[in-house]
Amino acid sequence: MRYNNRLGAKGWVIGGNYSIERYLYILHRVSGLALIFYLMCHLILTSFRIAGAPTWEAAMAFVSGPFFKVGEFLVMCAGVYHAINGLRLIIIELGYCIGKPERQEYPYTPSIKKQRPLMYLLMLVVAALVAVSVVDFFIM
Amino acid sequence: MRESRLWFLFVLAGACMIVLLGAHLFVMHLETFMGYLGITIHEPLAYAEVMARAKSVSWLVIYMALLILALYHGLYGVRSVLLETINMKHHSTVTAVIVIVGLIAAVFGSYIVIQSYMMGGL
Ligand code: HEM
Repeated sequence: MRYNNRLGAKGWVIGGNYSIERYLYILHRVSGLALIFYLMCHLILTSFRIAGAPTWEAAMAFVSGPFFKVGEFLVMCAGVYHAINGLRLIIIELGYCIGKPERQEYPYTPSIKKQRPLMYLLMLVVAALVAVSVVDFFIM
Repeated sequence: MRESRLWFLFVLAGACMIVLLGAHLFVMHLETFMGYLGITIHEPLAYAEVMARAKSVSWLVIYMALLILALYHGLYGVRSVLLETINMKHHSTVTAVIVIVGLIAAVFGSYIVIQSYMMGGL
């Protein structure tokens, strides 16, 4: 019999290793699932374009107002975060920015630590893009 | 196809979307910011603007690419999440449902994109 090592959905949060990267992983998963849900709604809503201007305007009027404005902003944040953090995952999954394989000498430096500069840099990029979005969505 | 290859395509789709989705989000939502970069965008959601983009060949290509890449990447991602959490004996059912949902969404989406391209700037 196979050993059942699955914690199920709760393993996402109680799987151990509570480093920053663990929270980034939860956020990546949540934002990915949110984006695919949004994409399905987005395909349906934007399909009203082929029914002509009045139908389109009615569809756009339906999604106006503060509730949808904030929702759109959250989608923007999810997209920005997922894209930039996804870039980090791709870089480290291809083996870059995690150091070269080397003889283990005390004190050990795990690869998760070696990717930290990249992680901080990219999270700054996320913060900057979210800041630009706040200004563009709510202030300008 | 081998799972590792499907996974690689999923990551590749993600990499391509950094540029495409980036362009899409910036054009649709960051008009003011794009203005500072010298790219003027007026009311990206007005019907005339929507249909003007729809009839341009470059937007046609971008939208088709985004549609396919995002559906593949997003649904493959949902599948990985589901396979991690549910009983192994349901894995092939999950894959089948995901493929069907993906095909329906891809056909529907391409129909809308191509149809509005052919309506050409109405
Ligand atoms: C914009 C560029 C994007 C990049 C660079 C990107 C990158 C990634 C990467 C690297 C992963 C994890 C792969 C792994 O470690 O196995 C991932 C997971 C995922 N992505 Fe994306 N992605 C992007 C856009 C999207 C979009 C638009 C959607 C939704 C339509 C989406 C939905 C998902 C989902 C559902 C997962 C699975 C989450 C998980 O397994 O925890 N992604 N993405």
